[in-house]
Amino acid sequence: MSATAVRRESSVRSMVDFYATTIRTQIQTQFQYRVALYMYTVGMVTEPVVYLVVWSTIARAHGGTVDGLTPGAFAAYYIVWTLVRMMNIVFTPFGWEWRIREGELSGQLLRPLHPIHYDLASFAGQKIPWLFLYLPIVVALSLIFHPTLDPNALQAVVFVVAIWGAYVIRSLNNFSLGMVTFWTTRVGAIFQVWFLAELLLSGRLLPLQLMPHWTQTLSAWLPFKYTFYFPIEALVGGMSTSSLLVGLGMQLLWTAVGTAVALGMWRLAVRHYSAVGN
Amino acid sequence: MRTTAAYAPPMPGVVHVSHLTKVFRVPEREGGMAAALRSLFRRQWREVHAVEDISFDIEAGEIVGFLGPNGAGKTTTLKMLSGLLHPTSGDGRVLGHVPSKREREYLRRMTLVMGNRNQLQWDLPALDSFELNRAIYRLPREDFRRTRDELIGLLDIGDLVRKPVRQLSLGERMKVEVVGSLLHLPQVLFLDEPTIGLDVTMQRRLRAFVAEYNTRYGATVLLTSHYMADVEALCERVIVIHHGRILFDGRLDALTDRFSTTKTIEAVLESGERVSLQVPKAEISTATATLLSERDVVDLTIEDPPIEDVIEQVFATEATA
Repeated sequence: MSATAVRRESSVRSMVDFYATTIRTQIQTQFQYRVALYMYTVGMVTEPVVYLVVWSTIARAHGGTVDGLTPGAFAAYYIVWTLVRMMNIVFTPFGWEWRIREGELSGQLLRPLHPIHYDLASFAGQKIPWLFLYLPIVVALSLIFHPTLDPNALQAVVFVVAIWGAYVIRSLNNFSLGMVTFWTTRVGAIFQVWFLAELLLSGRLLPLQLMPHWTQTLSAWLPFKYTFYFPIEALVGGMSTSSLLVGLGMQLLWTAVGTAVALGMWRLAVRHYSAVGN
Repeated sequence: MRTTAAYAPPMPGVVHVSHLTKVFRVPEREGGMAAALRSLFRRQWREVHAVEDISFDIEAGEIVGFLGPNGAGKTTTLKMLSGLLHPTSGDGRVLGHVPSKREREYLRRMTLVMGNRNQLQWDLPALDSFELNRAIYRLPREDFRRTRDELIGLLDIGDLVRKPVRQLSLGERMKVEVVGSLLHLPQVLFLDEPTIGLDVTMQRRLRAFVAEYNTRYGATVLLTSHYMADVEALCERVIVIHHGRILFDGRLDALTDRFSTTKTIEAVLESGERVSLQVPKAEISTATATLLSERDVVDLTIEDPPIEDVIEQVFATEATA
């Protein structure tokens, strides 16, 4: 057999195959560390539980609500928050420095495939074992905090689409952010500014309706809201059909913008890396 | 001046390098606080000419040894030819592709194996990483399975590929790494010190494997190694590079005949004393016989000089040419 006679699968089919294979590989990797996986999942619940306890206490101190949100509404928000947060964990931009230093980037550059696909597929695969662990946690939290949650079928469907939309947007944004590493080695400060903006403008810290008006207006023009607040509200907020569709449309828009920026940044970054790297 | 021994290429060209140059711009400063403060405001840069105006061609099916001391420019050249680095100037073409464009069709036809890098999934058996490579390189399952089993058989690593990679020794990992890099049956192999850190048995196994792959698939191989045994076992032709410049390009026997005129006799005497003698090749048997008859020798080895010594001879000739 000659090496020149190697056959290749078709493009779309092989891309689906790549995603499925990577997802399978990542599930197997997660299963290698069952205890760590469980501790990680439990640890991730700490942040929303703290927010939930604080806001429930404030609500009770204000006669039962804060800006119309009851303890049950807060419970619903932050319990769904845990799932959304789990879903939008992506490759950290801090990791690019490690990739470059350890030579992993060279390995990725040798593959006939854009590395964003590997990041998207591998983190999607990691979420599947997490989801199984999330179920008992959500039951426990619901028994303790009594969430007010009554979504209709459309809201549930939009939620499922929106959490994946949030995952893709956040993946693309963090990928682009990681590209900064190619020009400057001390990138921590830049990343911290970005994550602070995300914390305040995404609905991660608190529901956006509790933020000042100007913050809500600003958040509508930025992608952060569509990675936390919109998916959560799609399930718990009683959004109208038109609001749900507008939200999905905005996610689509930010996916398109994120894709263009990520591809452009990657092209420039690789050119820079391959011009000066050693 | 470059020395070229007569060499007859066997088949049409695969790797073409013409006046290839790579210059790195690196920051530098003196040690100490004052220099650190100065560099805050005015950073000083230095140009490092890693590869300077090199030219060579490699024909289909050749195994070429790329030799030189650390920092000579070997890895930089391999990185340019595999598309990881853009040349500063000059032209490099492999299989008709310009490597720096990193075209997918090109990446599917070549591989770069670096002895100190790991591209396998650390926590999983290598079989799972191989499966991932199948998907990345779009290989039909049937072809993939046949190639995988064939390569596993050639290196005799059937029991290793089922263990998590993290539990393999360095040598075992290198073997599965090499198989993983060849599943897509690349036509061009860039091997950067593939036997580094391996014991003699592992080195021999890998060499035999590379030779068999070359024979079976007609692949072209450019190999760097500090082990002369690798080069002697695999390469008819060598390119010697130093300070980014090619000093010799020709047959290996021409290199050793021309520049390695001595061998080293290492002996351990009964008293525990160690003796090391540099002896002209023609006088090896006489010197050995004399040593054995006149001293109480408990251990004796005769070796070619290290590759660095041979290269030094090349430099010496270069300086006087």
